[in-house]
Amino acid sequence: MTFDLSHFTAAVVFAACASTVFGITQRNTTREMLRYGAYCFALFVGGVIVASWAMWLIKH
Amino acid sequence: MANVQNTTAGARAAKSGDAATGSMTIIAPLAGWLLPGLGHFIQRRWIRGLLLMLAVFIMFFAGLGMQGKVYGFNTGDLLDILGFVGDIGSGLLYFIARAMDWGAGNIQRAVADYGTKYIVVAGLLNIISAVDAYHIAIGKKQ
Repeated sequence: MTFDLSHFTAAVVFAACASTVFGITQRNTTREMLRYGAYCFALFVGGVIVASWAMWLIKH
Repeated sequence: MANVQNTTAGARAAKSGDAATGSMTIIAPLAGWLLPGLGHFIQRRWIRGLLLMLAVFIMFFAGLGMQGKVYGFNTGDLLDILGFVGDIGSGLLYFIARAMDWGAGNIQRAVADYGTKYIVVAGLLNIISAVDAYHIAIGKKQ
């Protein structure tokens, strides 16, 4: 089975899985885990969006 | 007299508890490496184990689905060696993929390169999970 993901979808799936692991392993309480996981996810996806716009600006 | 017996029984229980904790410090990270999440399951962290297992499985199989490459043991290019080190972090998933001849890679598809990275990162995330299982076993974390 093969499938194609767009750049953005691939980045979001990556961010979701990585931030789940980071959240669980890097914090002690459930609340802190959720907060840190969400923080990592926002940074991953936000970083992708910022980098995309930076590349667009460089090209234009 | 009864007090002495209680103390002895308490000391014995503490000793057997220490032995159990001692063996768990080896078993938990090893189990967590072999099967993602298992190190947490055997310490009764069911939800955490399940989430870690899902995260690693999704990354690994999404990588294979994107026709990513699974590195074999090699002594060639440094990045290939590091790719192997990352991949083997997935434990049994890696050995199954190698045995089934999955992960041949496809240089004609751009998304296959993402797949290769997904598989490497799945292994690295699993190593972090195994270390977390060890921290739980030694009591550093709840």
